[in-house]
Amino acid sequence: MKPVRLRPVNVSAKSHTGIAGFDEITGGGLPRGRTTLLVGGPGSGKTIFALQFLVHGARDCREPGIFVAFEETAARVVANAEAFGWRLEELRRRKLFFLNAQPGPGLVQSGTFDLGGMLAALEAQIQLMGARRIVFDALDIILALLPDEAAKRREIYRLHDWLLARELTGIITAKSDGDETVSIGQQPFRSMLFMMDCAVILNHSVVQGVSQRNLRVQKYRGSSFSEDESPFLITRNGFEVAVARPLARTDVHATKERVSSGVNRLDTMLNGGYYRGASVVITGFPGTAKTTLSGAFAEAACRRGERTMFVSFDSECSEVIRNLGSVGIRLDRYVKNGLLRMISARSISGSAETYLVRIKALAREHEARCLVIDPVSTWSKSGNDLTARNVAERLIDWSKDEGTTLVCTRLLDEMSSPEEGGAPLQISTLADTWIHLSYLVQAGERNRGLSIIKSRGTAHSNQVRELILTDAGVTLADAYTAGGEVLMGTLRWEKERAERVEKEVTEVAGTLKRVRLDAEEAELEVRMKSLHVELEAKQVEKSLLARTTESRERELSRGRTRMRELRGADPAIPARRRTQ
Amino acid sequence: MSRKVMFRFRLYIAVNTQNSAQAIANLTALCRTYLPGRHEVEVVDVLREPKRALADGILMTPTLVRLAPLPVVRIVGTLSDPRPLLHALGLEPVAA
Repeated sequence: MKPVRLRPVNVSAKSHTGIAGFDEITGGGLPRGRTTLLVGGPGSGKTIFALQFLVHGARDCREPGIFVAFEETAARVVANAEAFGWRLEELRRRKLFFLNAQPGPGLVQSGTFDLGGMLAALEAQIQLMGARRIVFDALDIILALLPDEAAKRREIYRLHDWLLARELTGIITAKSDGDETVSIGQQPFRSMLFMMDCAVILNHSVVQGVSQRNLRVQKYRGSSFSEDESPFLITRNGFEVAVARPLARTDVHATKERVSSGVNRLDTMLNGGYYRGASVVITGFPGTAKTTLSGAFAEAACRRGERTMFVSFDSECSEVIRNLGSVGIRLDRYVKNGLLRMISARSISGSAETYLVRIKALAREHEARCLVIDPVSTWSKSGNDLTARNVAERLIDWSKDEGTTLVCTRLLDEMSSPEEGGAPLQISTLADTWIHLSYLVQAGERNRGLSIIKSRGTAHSNQVRELILTDAGVTLADAYTAGGEVLMGTLRWEKERAERVEKEVTEVAGTLKRVRLDAEEAELEVRMKSLHVELEAKQVEKSLLARTTESRERELSRGRTRMRELRGADPAIPARRRTQ
Repeated sequence: MSRKVMFRFRLYIAVNTQNSAQAIANLTALCRTYLPGRHEVEVVDVLREPKRALADGILMTPTLVRLAPLPVVRIVGTLSDPRPLLHALGLEPVAA
């Protein structure tokens, strides 16, 4: 036998499968030039996985491929894959070759045989089309015809060596029945498992009536890989593996931009609103206005002109719109102009995984910047207990990666504690902002209370506010505390009324005092005026007196002079006469 | 079945393998015992004529194809188990 050269596997030496999520788990795909064993029960998706690997190679990687069909005829494989839109007929002309290799029911067997004929035939085909990828679908069918373990092992070796020598990237699929842990340890899987460089196990189980599919990389020589079971789905586009977090996208840009919650006072409580791209969870008992609050957010988003998607698990879209309309949240116009997309998810059934994938696909299709899921707690129902948390985690991771602002509501069980509810879906702890709505039963009334339990990276109010729904919209009212208890509803109204009365009394007293002071001021002013007049009179009198005195003085002196003249006794005159 | 009927066989083998050598030996013995003077055998080496193997849908080697008389019958293996072989070819086992 020819010595086979083996090269170490590195990232560049991996063949992309084109399967969403799988390339992330394995850090690039299947080992190039090596063979991968794909094991799974009936209907676990082996053929689809293998075919998608070939289609991706042929269409996107310039690696033509060959599909060797041991179980189904090529025509049936192609027909079954029609739904995925891979346009196999087009590829079949040059890049994708199907070899029918079903033993057939009429096959007569006498003695042992080998696969030499098939490999020789394939050799010719590979040369012809330059194939780089090859799939042997359901090898177990042909192995079952071989008479003993030794012959089976021999043929597996033959096939493996043949693949390695040609440096083809291969997938060999094989059925395991029922419990994989049992059948995987049996021959001939055991020897295959030891021989192959990579082994992938597909699992399909039904938990409480809900179908759950899982994929696990069992081994991968020379490469690290995610060892956990990853849920996967077979969607319209083929195989899709759910990954906890795409490795390449860990540097999510954290923005400081705020988006309105749709309730002004809540924005104030949150110091400006939710962060863009944050995930918000609103918890509460039935009827605490969770939907209303999330509806307000959706309306605010639409008013800003942002594409929004509202997924309701509870009601039909028209019901949601009508109900929200009764509290002044008018969504119908945004549905009409296409900004808002309402999805009633009652029509989606299946595992939590299905929900996530559908919602992701729909949100991407709508290019939603804001997403509302009401309520997300539906996911943890019906046999999804184990996966729901994982799904919620990935929902949050995904929305962060996309920069989508996510608001989801979570219904709490009336019997459970209001804090976490003991539900397996612990989305509240994962979310950035957690708003809790509660009832406060007091004085024969049930009133809605809102409190912010946490809001990462935001200073937020620690007060419980009363949530009031009116036909004009949603608003929050300050809750009064009296004797260490929060007052709401009528009690709050009474308290408010008492304060109003008190304020009125104070106002009246103030007005009276002002009037009195005004009067006093006026009186003083009047008095000041009369005094001023009096003063002026006195001054006039005084000046008159002075003038009278002066004129009398003058009169007196003139009189004296006249008298002296009359007497002729003025001494000055004789003197003047003497000089004449 | 008339004793005059001509049997035409084509045997696909991968030359130089143990299985193929066995098949040739078994077929030769069969023809000598059951079909003396009324058989034709063509041996096709799939390693030398892979395209022919592909076109004829030959996957396992060795494969014996009975071309005549019709219908065409395919028998896979080294032909070392006579019971299914004779049954498929419509020949009566010779009492040992």
